[in-house]
Amino acid sequence: MTKLLINTTPSRRTVLRGLAGGIAAGAGMLAMPRFIQAQTSAPIKLGFQLHRTGIGASYGRWYERTAQAALKVVNDAGGINGRPVEIAFEDDATDPQRGSEVIEKLVNQQGVDVVFGPLFSHVVIGSAPRAAELKVPYLVCSEGFHVASGMLNRWTLQPGITDVRAQISAMAPWVAANLGKRITMVFPDFAFGYDHRDFFKAAIEAQGGEVLAQIAIPPTETTFTRYFPQIPADTEVLYHVMVGPAVLTFVKELGEFYGSGARPQIFGFIDSVEAVDIASPGLEFLEGTHFWEAHNRFKQADASEHETFYRAAVGVDDNGASIADPADVATYSHMFSCWETLFMIKAGMEASGYQTTADRQKFVEAIEAMTDMPAGMERPQGHKRFNGKTHQVFGHQNISKVEGGKLMRVHQTSLEDGAYPDAVDYTAQPF
Amino acid sequence: MDFGPYLLLAVMEGLVMSAALALTAVGLSLVFGVMRVVNVAHGEFFMLGAVGAWFVTQAVPGPPWIGFVVALVACPLMVAGVAAVADKLVLRRLHYDPEATILATIGLLYIIQQAALSIYGPDARPVEAPFTLRLQFPWFGYSGYKLFVIAAALLILAAVWWLMTRTKAGLIMRATQQDRTTAQAFGINVDRVYSGVFALGAGLAAIAAVLIVPISQAYYLMGSDPLLLAFIVVIIGGLGSLRGTLVAALVIGLSDGVISMFFSPTLAKILATLLVAMVLVFRPQGLFGAKP
Repeated sequence: MTKLLINTTPSRRTVLRGLAGGIAAGAGMLAMPRFIQAQTSAPIKLGFQLHRTGIGASYGRWYERTAQAALKVVNDAGGINGRPVEIAFEDDATDPQRGSEVIEKLVNQQGVDVVFGPLFSHVVIGSAPRAAELKVPYLVCSEGFHVASGMLNRWTLQPGITDVRAQISAMAPWVAANLGKRITMVFPDFAFGYDHRDFFKAAIEAQGGEVLAQIAIPPTETTFTRYFPQIPADTEVLYHVMVGPAVLTFVKELGEFYGSGARPQIFGFIDSVEAVDIASPGLEFLEGTHFWEAHNRFKQADASEHETFYRAAVGVDDNGASIADPADVATYSHMFSCWETLFMIKAGMEASGYQTTADRQKFVEAIEAMTDMPAGMERPQGHKRFNGKTHQVFGHQNISKVEGGKLMRVHQTSLEDGAYPDAVDYTAQPF
Repeated sequence: MDFGPYLLLAVMEGLVMSAALALTAVGLSLVFGVMRVVNVAHGEFFMLGAVGAWFVTQAVPGPPWIGFVVALVACPLMVAGVAAVADKLVLRRLHYDPEATILATIGLLYIIQQAALSIYGPDARPVEAPFTLRLQFPWFGYSGYKLFVIAAALLILAAVWWLMTRTKAGLIMRATQQDRTTAQAFGINVDRVYSGVFALGAGLAAIAAVLIVPISQAYYLMGSDPLLLAFIVVIIGGLGSLRGTLVAALVIGLSDGVISMFFSPTLAKILATLLVAMVLVFRPQGLFGAKP
């Protein structure tokens, strides 16, 4: 039998000591009333793999702001499981090798509970194996089909943004019915672009359309005119999606190339002009063209109160630019994924009763169990459905037309429009 | 598109590329020719010129052409100043030792690049062209400004040629290039010549950048591509030979334009690298270089 902790006959000194301790503890509780019910009130630490520099820098700038804004909302409402939340941001230079080093650093040095936030598909594909080795939940915001394809692992989930395959499948019927069926595609020459190459071709052929040419451009390219003559003259719709620091040059040179002459219909992914002011000189030709948008950059007339709240919290005006600097245009169609992923982390941790890193597996299982998720403050982009087997979420997509220098929504797809058969069941895989 | 218009577009794109290449490579070649310094940081001087142009055009009010003209004068001077300081603080202290200066300029590359990242930021930002003119051909449109770049590059290259062959400064530089010790014996301040040449080379890279930035964008990592191509041009043309540099820039630029357009840009880069390898095997001094 070990020594009793409390003497049955306390001395004056121990009573005083106990009294002082009790008062101190009580005062401590009064000082931080929100986090009292937790077993430990140490902060939950989230790691953010951030494209602060390199070709994804314009996304990184806004991803950080969005995550910070969501973090404030979460902490103001009492944190997660009664504990305050912190985010450790670490720059991956939009580089796959640095990406896996960042995972390592966040997990082993910073001791984070989960990692989230990367967009660029080559970084995600390069980092996911390391996340699985370290057995840390890795919640990506990358749009790539690589999560739902089964290429990655049980620890990698995409609960904040629809994948490219679903986006494309949902929109192809509208493109074929309204713009044309003979299509030429321009896309970046890496994993993200290949999703477009493969799935749009399949989707448009299912509509009786035809892809005439596919032009792949390296994401580090700085001059584009040389690629445009490869666009066949009988193209009805030019489908473009471009990423990287030179997107503005890409659209400008496209405008120069067609000039005032005849041009096909143009359907672009908003990626080609993310963080770019579409009223920039040289982009006048975009008037009347169409864009895919996950989340409408220009505030639409029917915007919900959650949308209004989200814009204000992140600091974005009605034209999709920073309130502080109207020239600083947001990556509006992508950055909501950071916000929504953070709220998914909160939901997953609360559902699994997450306390320590030993609960990481329970956390992944809790997210896998999620299905229908209504629109709301947590999901300003709208209603979504999560597929636990493929680790992929599905949401509504928008098609907008440039009218008077603004992107106005002309069509919204349903969740069913983007459905495709499951390619993997991650829940059957071991941890 | 038919073959004819296709070729026309390829040649115009190739000429724009040649112009930018010639301006960048001529500075690199000059520095190597006179100082025997392989300047690995040359691409960063190019980047500094472009980033400087962004700052200047933001600061100068009025129509875009005023900002552009100010940038065209101020940025090369500023970059030349940075180069002169680097020469004084680093290269001179290494006594222009070939191996040591390669390492030192690699260090310089990182310092300049990271400084730009810290001060200017990681974003690519556009600089407005001094004028907007679009030429509408029956088959395609083309930027009038790009043709202006070709003309401006020709003028500047002519000025460099005139400086090197028709002025006293050029004579002094050529004398130092041919024999440093003898030049010194004739009372030439070789240190000052070296500083001047290093500054001139950097300034030429900056001029190229100011001309090019309205058709691309200012970005802190933009220096690596021009550096690689400038080295290819200088090796093919012969280190230190101005004429060789010009011819090689024309060959590489045009072949890049035409091959990129008819086949693929990757093939163009492969062939340019192959050409370098062939030149190094069969004519190590370059097409126009003097025999060592």
